[in-house]
Amino acid sequence: MKTKDVPQDDANMMQGKWRDPIYTLDENGNYVTSYSLGWDTKNAVMLHAWEEIHDRMEAVRQKVLSGELSPLAYYLEKNIMDVGLLAKYVGKWKWTVKKHLKPRYFNKLPDEMLEKYAREFKLTIEELTDIERIKNDNQ
Amino acid sequence: MDIKIDFEHKQSAHCENGVVSNLLKFYGIELSEPMIFGIGSGLFFSHMPFLKVGGIPVTSFRPLPGIIFKRISKRLGITFEKHKYRQPAKAMKALDANLKENIPTGMLVGVYHLTYFPDPYRFHFNAHNIVVYGKQENNYLISDPIMAGDESLTYDELLRVRYAKGTFAPKGHMYWVKNIPEKLDVEGAVVKGIQHVCKHMLTIPVPMFGVKGIRFLAKKLRKYPEKLGARKAASYTGQIVRAQEEIGTGGAGFRFMYGAFLQEAAGLLNKPRLRELSFDISEIGDKWRAFAVITGRIVKNRNKADESYDKAADLLLEIADLEEAFFKNLQESVK
Repeated sequence: MKTKDVPQDDANMMQGKWRDPIYTLDENGNYVTSYSLGWDTKNAVMLHAWEEIHDRMEAVRQKVLSGELSPLAYYLEKNIMDVGLLAKYVGKWKWTVKKHLKPRYFNKLPDEMLEKYAREFKLTIEELTDIERIKNDNQ
Repeated sequence: MDIKIDFEHKQSAHCENGVVSNLLKFYGIELSEPMIFGIGSGLFFSHMPFLKVGGIPVTSFRPLPGIIFKRISKRLGITFEKHKYRQPAKAMKALDANLKENIPTGMLVGVYHLTYFPDPYRFHFNAHNIVVYGKQENNYLISDPIMAGDESLTYDELLRVRYAKGTFAPKGHMYWVKNIPEKLDVEGAVVKGIQHVCKHMLTIPVPMFGVKGIRFLAKKLRKYPEKLGARKAASYTGQIVRAQEEIGTGGAGFRFMYGAFLQEAAGLLNKPRLRELSFDISEIGDKWRAFAVITGRIVKNRNKADESYDKAADLLLEIADLEEAFFKNLQESVK
């Protein structure tokens, strides 16, 4: 890439934390470090990945509101986790966590277990179990 | 505790290079990011259809995390002390002990819970490298090679990222420079680094790796729409372009970095041929960017599969030919 071609398509993806260093060729054919605020192609692909996450969250939110899934399922998606990863974080078997995605098991969980989940999602138990909160969560 | 080691933070394009480069600089060894990348043979390609993450086959533009580290250590004779800790509290205590002895300490962390990371980049990726160079009250001073400036984390925040779970779970892993030989054979290490990259890009006898891997991906990619349907084909394609452009700067960015390395190496070894080749690899990087544009469009128009897949696959084949010629020339030049 030539230094003059470095894209500066800022979509605030780095939120001011850095600019991407790129090793580019200047007009004398020497490599220099250039800095890019972003590139449309990359921005679009990243935004698309987040759109997919938000689509999945929305689908799960509806299922939680209709009583098909427990609030745990929603926060799982919100934290971009899968059952296997959450199981590792709370130190339980995968199938145990899977069970807790169903309201009839989740609603009977002791505070101790709820506390573990809540801590992973940086919530209180009250927040974790509050379905209203999920209804009003604008992601 | 109030300790601030006089550690110079410098931003880099790739965290592993950056941490190694910054750590060595602390001990008076000036090796640029591209030099570390080149000596560590950081350029690679693999497409592994059977290895899936989130149900999507993995395409990767880099060797496994930690490999650059290992090769630098081997080729320059620099030894690192490395430790993992089962108990988080012990891992933090060991860190404090290091800081008291004025040792800037590198470590592996998960990105997702890094509080200073911008939200769009916060995925569950665990092989990120940072250096801790001080502690003031309850705050650890962090040099994160991706960040432009200095950062800090509280005790709890640092403990959390050091014990992130999942693939490549860091398990409190930390490392620091133990011994540096009196005389470094940088020239020899550069030649070895180049030879190694050529060998891996050209001669691994399975179709998933190196130049062969690029051709293999071209073949698969061409069939995606017919085999998977428009939407899934677009998801699969999205992983390729994300690996290329987002995660650790990947495809094109690594080619440009390798060019910078070859140019530096040309001066060091007094081999003008390497300077010529540094222009070729920059052009190949541009082709990878063009590939990202096409595949990015596929992801955007994900509901209809059109002739873009053929175009993308054709471009990949062109890139494979260019890279094959490039690495053969490079191999020849350091014989």
